[in-house]
Amino acid sequence: MGSSNYEKYKSDGSLPGTVLEWVDARFPLTANWKAHLSEYYAPKNFNFWYFFGSLALLVLVIQIVTGIFLVMHFKPDASLNAAGVPVAFASVEYIMRDVPWGWLIRYMHSTGASAFFVVVYLHMFRGMLYGSYRKPRELIWIFGVAIFLSLMGEAFFGYLLPWGQMSYWGAQVIVNLFSALPVIGPDLSIMIRGDFVVGDATLNRFFSFHVIAIPLVLVGLVAAHILALHEVGSNNPDGVEIKKKKDEKGIPLDGIPFHPYYTVKDIVGVVVFLMVFSMIVFFAPELGGYFLEYNNFIPANPMQTPPHIAPVWYFTPYYSILRANTVNFFWIDAKLWGVIFMGLSTMVFFLLPWLDRSPAKSIRYRGPIYKWALGIFVVVFFILGYLGILPPTPGRTLLSQICTVYYFAFFLLMPIYSKIDKCQPEPDRVTSK
Amino acid sequence: MKKTLLTLLFIPLLAFGAGAELHLDKAPDRSGDTAALQHGAKLFINYCLNCHGASYMRYNRLTDLGLSEQQIKDNLLFTTEKIGEQMKIAMAPADAKVWFGVTPPDLTVIARARASEFGSGSDWLYTYLRSFYRDDTRPTGWNNAIFPNVAMPHILWELQGEQVMGPDHKLQLAKPGKMKPEEYDAAVADLVGYLQYMGEPKAGLRKTLGVIVLIGLGIILVFAYALKREFWKDIH
Repeated sequence: MGSSNYEKYKSDGSLPGTVLEWVDARFPLTANWKAHLSEYYAPKNFNFWYFFGSLALLVLVIQIVTGIFLVMHFKPDASLNAAGVPVAFASVEYIMRDVPWGWLIRYMHSTGASAFFVVVYLHMFRGMLYGSYRKPRELIWIFGVAIFLSLMGEAFFGYLLPWGQMSYWGAQVIVNLFSALPVIGPDLSIMIRGDFVVGDATLNRFFSFHVIAIPLVLVGLVAAHILALHEVGSNNPDGVEIKKKKDEKGIPLDGIPFHPYYTVKDIVGVVVFLMVFSMIVFFAPELGGYFLEYNNFIPANPMQTPPHIAPVWYFTPYYSILRANTVNFFWIDAKLWGVIFMGLSTMVFFLLPWLDRSPAKSIRYRGPIYKWALGIFVVVFFILGYLGILPPTPGRTLLSQICTVYYFAFFLLMPIYSKIDKCQPEPDRVTSK
Repeated sequence: MKKTLLTLLFIPLLAFGAGAELHLDKAPDRSGDTAALQHGAKLFINYCLNCHGASYMRYNRLTDLGLSEQQIKDNLLFTTEKIGEQMKIAMAPADAKVWFGVTPPDLTVIARARASEFGSGSDWLYTYLRSFYRDDTRPTGWNNAIFPNVAMPHILWELQGEQVMGPDHKLQLAKPGKMKPEEYDAAVADLVGYLQYMGEPKAGLRKTLGVIVLIGLGIILVFAYALKREFWKDIH
């Protein structure tokens, strides 16, 4: 595009047209605007579930911008100040009190962390409802799962930084898990911590990962996710390919330009999201101890283990799966099984495009087996999440074991049950439901 | 189908009850009551701020409570502190550890740290400061009904008097103090109100601002929705 525009220049080199043309001759600005916004044709039947992609992007921006300002005042230093308080913990309270608007920036960042997971979980659920991971969108899904895993890393590293009791002991528990790995485990956990216990070295490296390494990976993956999406086009609630029916100009009959139609629609979603977000930031920033844990207002104390260590809510389903493994099996320690299954429970999402053999993509045309399987999966996910908050009892452990078995059966039996399910025929065109 | 799934969701609640209960008295709400909070600040500085620091809180922030800087200097500073300084104590943390067995914790955010599923941090503090009783088996001569074997002696004993643990496991006032029981409860409520304020001095501004932000977003929502409808009226 650029080179062809360049030929429009007059022989004396003067500009024939507008600034935009000058830019377009040197950078594909208009071409990209068209390819990704004004001439990117999205299905016209997007419903409620399709808000969460753009909202995830919004939350990413909120986290980056508030994060930049937090880094200006936060001190990743575990040493004690003159009053006997860790410098990192004190610097967070300094942000909350002495930095102008620091409290708002910090609450936006802490609420944003939980909001990110809410939005991403809903976004992933959308994919599972309408088969958005199916051919030809496998790579979009794989980039998406990689974003999800990076996000978990980002949240884990970030949670250590306020250096409260839950920060400290949560990191201690999770890093210790790596020591369960055979041969390399003990050395690996020391390498991650940079010390024999979680300490100043750990705080500094987690800070570095949180503000530089993982955000770079995240932004790169988000770009790849969107580029892959715009290459193959968006799925929709009917799961039919709009590119199969085009008009004489090659525009999908059921497609509408993303801009202005979905930009104006997404603005409505953004405003509603910001209202919910503001209700939490301004009226319940701790959200009953789920977004900011009460124990984390106590500075980290390596000499005092809290009676009950619970991860933040977004990790609790996987934490339950970890704790559900209580039996030594095949000469492998229960703890290692726990680590393996916890790892697999997040990785298994990668396989979804190849596990699903259903002739229909969308839940609208799938048979009853998948509807029930997915519905129970959601319930099981919530139960696991709830159990992960509570201290274990024999009854709860049994329930988490049942749920763990179902969690994996949902994925691993999918090639069978999705194939035998009685699907309805998909329509030719999208419906206006 | 959706109903069945929703019912399944409550299985963990039905099958397994909660663990040990901690009964807390509800702390009276003192937020916005500047006279009570000033009284609480005075109690805090006179009784708590000898062993416990509040090292993230600056004295001049007490202007939030309707005090002028001169009033703070005259009434609340001891001798050498400056008005912009943080509420620190002279005792070194390491010495405190030797003398008391534990370093008395910094109290700036204690009202946030003590919140739990049993009640707010204020509820816990309000109950705690009214639950001390004589116990000769303890080195300090004091114990606490909701914080067993606490290292801190009953610092407000001259105000409350001395409680003993009755045979029915209820606290009884054995020796009255300078205050009547109702007066003592009110004073503790003021002190706890101050601790809650100090835990998050911006909480009042936060809530006020929240209302304005939500109204603003509500207005934007009307226009955003109208814009969407206008653009989408031709899409069928």
